[in-house]
Amino acid sequence: MSALAALIRRDIRIALRVGGGALIGVLFFLTVTVLMPFAVGPDLALLSRLGPAILWLGALLASLLTLDRLFAADHEDGSLDLIVMSRTPLELACAAKALAHWIAAGLPLIIATPVLGLLLNLDGTATLAVAATLLAGTPALTFTGMIGAALAVTLHRGGLLLAVLVLPLSIPVLIFGVAASQAAISGPLLFGTPFSILCALSLASLVIGPFAAAASLRHGLD
Amino acid sequence: MKLTETLNDLANPTRFLALTARTLPWLAGVTAILLAIGLYQSAMAPDDYQQGATVKIMFIHVPNAWLSMFVWGVMSVAALGTLVWRHPLADVAAKAAAPIGAAFTFLALVTGSLWGRPMWGTYWEWDARLTSVLILFLMYLGLMALWRAVEDPSRAARAAAVLTLVGAINIPIIKFSVDWWNTLHQPSSVLRMGGSTLDKAFLWPLLVMAIAFSLLFITLHLAAMRNEILRRRVRSLQMMQASRVAFTSEAAAGPKEIGAA
Repeated sequence: MSALAALIRRDIRIALRVGGGALIGVLFFLTVTVLMPFAVGPDLALLSRLGPAILWLGALLASLLTLDRLFAADHEDGSLDLIVMSRTPLELACAAKALAHWIAAGLPLIIATPVLGLLLNLDGTATLAVAATLLAGTPALTFTGMIGAALAVTLHRGGLLLAVLVLPLSIPVLIFGVAASQAAISGPLLFGTPFSILCALSLASLVIGPFAAAASLRHGLD
Repeated sequence: MKLTETLNDLANPTRFLALTARTLPWLAGVTAILLAIGLYQSAMAPDDYQQGATVKIMFIHVPNAWLSMFVWGVMSVAALGTLVWRHPLADVAAKAAAPIGAAFTFLALVTGSLWGRPMWGTYWEWDARLTSVLILFLMYLGLMALWRAVEDPSRAARAAAVLTLVGAINIPIIKFSVDWWNTLHQPSSVLRMGGSTLDKAFLWPLLVMAIAFSLLFITLHLAAMRNEILRRRVRSLQMMQASRVAFTSEAAAGPKEIGAA
C-alpha cells in the first residue's frame, strides 16, 4: 500500500515540477477553447449553445495530449522496468499511475472550467453541469487512454498512433458527457440518467484500463 | 479434446500450408457456385412494392454488414489465442483478418449509403446504426495502423491483441451509447426493414448470399494467412542472409580492428 502511495506522490511531484508538463494541458485546453469563437464566430447565443460540446472536446484533446507521457518518461529513464519487476501487482501500479496522472492533469482542467465557461457565455447551472460531468467523465478518459499509452510505449511510437487508437474508445464518454450537460441546461431529459451512465463508464474503465495496460506492458516490454 | 488436437497440429505452419493448399481450391469453388446461385436468386427476386428494384442492394449490403462484425469476433478469438495460448498461427490469423474486415465494413457503408440515397434522399445520416458501423470502420483502420507501425511481427501481435480485445468490449458500448445519443437528437430512426418481416422471396436469396459471403471471408482469410506465413518466411530468410553478409564482411575486416584496438 505504501509503495502505491509513494508511486502516486512521486508521479504528482514529477508532473507538477519543471519539465513535468501537466499544466501545459490546461494551457492547451484554454487555447483550444479560445480558438473556437474564431472558428464559429463570436455569436454569444451560438457559443452558449455549443459551450458544453466545446469544453468537452477541449478536455478530451487536452487529456489526450498529456497521456503521451504517462509511461514514456518512465520508460526512458528505466523506472518502468523497475515497476514491472517489483512485487506490487502491475495492475495496481498502473491504476496508481493513472490516478496520479488524473490528479495532476485532469483535475486542473475541471478547475479551469468555470473560467472558460465565462468566456463561452455559459450561466451558473451550465458551468456547474459541465464541471460535474467532467469530474465524472475524465477518469474514464484517463483510464482508457492509459491502454493506448501502454501500447504506444511498448511499440516505441507515441503521438499520432496513440490518438488514433484512443479516440474511438472515448466516443461513449463524449456522448454521455455532452448529453448530461445538455440535459442539465435545456434538455427535456433528467440530468441523472446520462450522468449515472457516465459514472458507470468511468467505473468500468477503472477496472478494464489497468488490466489491459498491464497486459500490454507485460507482453510488450522485453 | 479433438478440437485442441487439431489446433495443435495446425501450430506447425508447414502443416497448415499443406492443408490449406488442398482445401482452398474446393472452398473457392463452393464460394463461387454459392455466390453465383445467390446473385441469380437476388436478380430474380421480385421488386419490393415500396422500394422497387433498389431492395436488391440488401442482398449485398446485409451480408457485408454482418461480416463486418463477425470478422472482429474472429480477430478477438485470435487475440485470445495470441495472449492466452500463444498459438503461433493466431498472430497470423489476426493480422490477415484486419484488412478483410475493414473491406467488408467499407462495402457495408458504401452499399448502405447507395441504398440510402434513393430511399431516404441522403447518402449519409447520423443515424445510430450508420454511426456505430463508421466507428467500427475507424477501429479497423486504427488496428491496421498499429500492425503497420511495428516491424517485429510478434511484438505487434501482442499489442494488436490487447487493442482487439478492448475494442471487442467497446463495440457493444458504442452501439448502445450511439443508439441512445441518437434518440436524444433525432426523434425517429430511418433505418427499418419496411416495418414488416421479410418475405420468403427475399429471405432465401439473403440466406444464400450470407453463407456465400461467409465462405468468401473464410477463403480470403485462409489465402491471406498463407501469404502472411510465406511473407514471414521470406523476411526471416532475408534477415539470415543479411546477417550472413554482415558476418562474413566482419570476419574479413575483423582481425585488423582487433589488432588496432
